[in-house]
This record gives sequence, C-alpha cells and structure tokens, in this order.
Amino acid sequence: MWVKRAKHWRCTLADAILQAVDLWFWYGEGTPVVRGVNLTIGRGEFVVLVGANGSGKTTLIKHFNGLLRPRRGQVRVAGQDTAGRSMGELARQVGYLFQRPEQQIFSPTVQQELAFGPRNLGLPPAEIKARVEAALTRFRLTAVAGQPPAILSYGLRRRVTLASLAAMDPPVLVLDEPTVGLDARGLEETFGWLAGLHIQGRTIVLVTHDMTLAAAHAGRVVVLGQGQVISDGPPAQVFRQNDLLARAALTMPPVTALAQALRSHGMSGDSLTVEAFCDEYIALTEITEIPGRGPARGMERGHEPAL
Amino acid sequence: MTDAILLEGLRFAYPPLAPDAPAPWIIDGLDLRVRAGEWLAVMGASDAGKTTLCLLMAGLAPHLTGGQMEGRIVVAGRDTRDHTPQILAGAVGLLFQEAEAQLFNPTVEAEVAWGLENLGLPVAEIRARAEEMLALFRLEQVRQRAPAELSGGEQKRVALASVLAMRPQVLILDEPMGGLDPAGRSEVLAALSDLRQDGSTTIVMTESDPEAVAAFADRLLVLDEGQVAMEGSPRDLFYQTERLAGLGVAIPQMVRLADLLNRRLGTAFCFLNVGQAGEALAVHLG
Repeated sequence: MWVKRAKHWRCTLADAILQAVDLWFWYGEGTPVVRGVNLTIGRGEFVVLVGANGSGKTTLIKHFNGLLRPRRGQVRVAGQDTAGRSMGELARQVGYLFQRPEQQIFSPTVQQELAFGPRNLGLPPAEIKARVEAALTRFRLTAVAGQPPAILSYGLRRRVTLASLAAMDPPVLVLDEPTVGLDARGLEETFGWLAGLHIQGRTIVLVTHDMTLAAAHAGRVVVLGQGQVISDGPPAQVFRQNDLLARAALTMPPVTALAQALRSHGMSGDSLTVEAFCDEYIALTEITEIPGRGPARGMERGHEPAL
Repeated sequence: MTDAILLEGLRFAYPPLAPDAPAPWIIDGLDLRVRAGEWLAVMGASDAGKTTLCLLMAGLAPHLTGGQMEGRIVVAGRDTRDHTPQILAGAVGLLFQEAEAQLFNPTVEAEVAWGLENLGLPVAEIRARAEEMLALFRLEQVRQRAPAELSGGEQKRVALASVLAMRPQVLILDEPMGGLDPAGRSEVLAALSDLRQDGSTTIVMTESDPEAVAAFADRLLVLDEGQVAMEGSPRDLFYQTERLAGLGVAIPQMVRLADLLNRRLGTAFCFLNVGQAGEALAVHLG
C-alpha cells in the first residue's frame, strides 16, 4: 500500500533516485551550459525545475535517462552510475517527455506509438494491450487511435506523447515543458494524472515556465541560472525571493504578487494558490462569508477554470 | 477603419487520408472581420481549428496543404484564392506554432536576414532591420551561433525576429509564447505592443495563456469545432467561467480568484489583473 508523502518531504541518501554530482556539460567545443550541478532527488518527490531560457534545464534533465552523458562529474539513477548503461536500460526506470512532440513521435499510428514503449519493456501482449487502451482513454485519444500522429493538432500530439509515457508507467517521470500546447482540459487531465502517480509514490521531475503551476503542484522548486542551481526549496520559500526571481528571469504567480501587494493591509504575502489567498482574505476582511460556501478543499490547479 | 482581415462563409477541410476516408470540415462556417490595427486573440480546445485558421489567413491553406475551401478570405486587401503564399508574404507574416523547429540557416543573423533577402530589399536596409530585431529580442550574444544549438526559448525569439523583420501589415502568431520564460514573454509582448503604436499592424494571435490575452488583446474569439463559440472583450468573456471551462479555455488567475471570492462572500468582484485586484480588495481590509 502506498502512503502519500508529506509535501516537503526530504530524502535521505538511501532514498535518492536521481543524483547529479558535480555535473558539467557542454555541446561540441562550446561553453559549458551545465556548470557543476549537485542535485539529489528523492524517491517520491515532485520537483519542478524552473529558470530562464538557456539556463540549462533541458540539458540537465537529458542526463537522467542517458540522452546526454556528463562531460565531467557523474549522474546516478537509483544509486548507480549511468556511465556505461544504455538508454534502453535507463528507460525502464526513467521515462522522458521531450519538449516538442515531433522529437519523439515516429510510429505510423497513435496506437502503435503507445505500444512501442511497453513492447520494448518486454511486457506480455495482454498487458501491452491493456496499458495502451487505458492510456488512449485517459488522454481522449480513442477516436484517433488508428490515425497517423503527424496529421494531428499540436495539442493532440502532445497528448499522444503523454499517453506514451503513461503506457510505459516508469517509476521516474522526467517531463520537459509538458503543458505547452495543452488546452485547459488537457492541463487539468495531465496534472490529475501526475498527482495520482505522485500519490502512488512515483518520482516526478517537471520543467515548466508556468509559475502558477509550479506554485500549485511542486513539493520542491529548483531554480537554475546559467547552468547552476541558484535556489532549491519549497515553493513558498522560492517565490518569496524577489531578487532571485528577477535574476532567474522568473515571475511569481499573480496571486502571490497580489498577496504581497496587500501586505500593508495585513495579508502575509505567502499565498501560492487562489484557494490559500481566499482563506486568508476571508479571515481578514470585514465582509462576512456566506455560510456553507467554505473552502472546497484540495485541488488547486494552476489553470483550471473554477466551476 | 478598413478591415485588415475579412472571412466570409469560410469552410475548410484537409484532403482525406485515403480516397474513401472522410474529410471533415475543420473550419466550419466562419464569418469574421478584423479591423486594421486590432489585436485579436483566438482561444479554444486543442482541436478547435486555431492552427488551421492561421494557415488559411496566411494563404498556406489550401495553397500548400491541398484540401477544400469554401467562402473567401481577404487579408491586407488580397483575396487568398488569387494570391500565392509567396506574394501574401510581403503583407502577412506568420509565426508557426513550431517555428523553432523550422529554423534552417547556419547562423542566427542569417536566419533573421533570410526573409528580407527574399523580399529583394537593398543590403543596407536588410542589415539595418536585422540589427534592430537582434537587439529587440536580445539575440546579439548568439548572432553567430547555429539556431539548432540554442534553447527552445531562444529559438522562438529568433523565429519571431525573422517574421517581424519583414514588417508585415498583418501578423499571425500561432502560440507565440509557448516555451518562453516569463522574461521572454514580457519581451515578446512588449515588442508586439510597440509594433502596434502607430496602429498600422494588425495582430491575430492564438494563445493558451489567458494572462497574455487579458493584458493585451482588444478582442477574444473562442473557437469550437471550427465555429465561433464566443466573441467579445476579454473582460466580458473571461467571466463566463463555466462556459469557457466547457470549451477548454483557461482563464486568468485573477478571474478565478474573483470567482471564488464572489461565491464565498456574495460579492461582485470583477478584475482581470493584479493591479485592479489589489485596489478592489484593499478597500475591504483594515
């Protein structure tokens, strides 16, 4: 039985699932884009990686499944050095979602694309079929299962790549900007899916530029700047640091900016979500709450329209 | 004011995958006028027809895609049925959704100059415009690098600089902010705002980020299955929260906040951005 991890749960070394140790990387003969990163991610963590374009986010996470190999330093998956281990071997532990769908889609139909990963895992045909069916349903792709992915819209192709990852069901999921091109419903479904996996103990590492999503979902936010980790902590701590955010070309979520603007009126300035802001505002305001309309607990999702 | 874009009875279907396969209407009866100088945002679910609409307005559909079109489109005074995309390109700029995947020149500066060379402009003019764009999009540092080596956000800025260098009268942007960091988003939006200062550039932008739409668009069009589902000012439309949720359209975080406060307090808050929210909410605090 799985137990939900505490939000700010920190790993001990024994629980480390992904580790970068003094990791350096440069392309060709160019200047280093990852410069001495030390980062340990524990089993079951939900880590959101943020930073300016070009800060090294994609380059860093491509090391976790062997797409890139360290020029210097070491990357460990489940405690083992990735050096000498093939991408195929690493793929059993770490599933990777590319920034752009066309970087990873190559099968003639959506259904075959989804079956590709599970087949490579050597799963029995019945299990492959079940996983593909489940992923098609979850990401609303059943109607296009027989179609070539190339003719689908960007958002649909994005859902195909998410469904492929779901069908693989790896213990660790590394996702590079999974939300780009998704509509509101796609966003809601994707984060619902990820939240479910997190509860089951899977490890999630997600790169995004959407600070609202980062604030709402991350247990831990890691900020990269010029190839180095410049901040690492719970979202409340990271999003409080104005100069850090400016340095990293980031902004705080609108609701956090609002809470800070209202500090002189008694707000703490710590709200990361609309729900948290409401609770605090209602406790402070002279307006009386209508009975029975209290907080609908739980599911803050960055872009989910209020229903 | 003249119309920069006119759509009349527009329908479009891509060619079928096989001779006997169905070819559904992706755009299914659109009538639309976009004023010269207007900034129109188009939102909608993943398969609502947004990208197809962009391709149609730039004349790429059906000229390059094939397929069947009914009705007509007039962009910058040109009927797309009678003008090739090459000719339209002088007046209509299109930023592809996956623009960063389509950069092919050996260096950033060559990429930005490419379209200008194709327009047959004098060398001095090409150089001046390219420099202006490289500065505007913070690309001077990487001007000699290969676009393929840049980060996704940098590539997006190169693609935008290349389109804007051509100074199109009508600018069609398919998800221009996708993959950009917050600073990059601000830069792109500021550059687009500047372009509009003299009122000569018309912008049609598909965008999934409601914050950008709320802050900049004059008008919002919501597409659903190739038809207009909603149309109006961002302020009016974003407060129809349930309808938008059904259409797969995200709303600004401040609208979500107002909506939640209104339900719990019985208030009638109606703000779109942090500034407005701060003023409205401070009144009821000590």
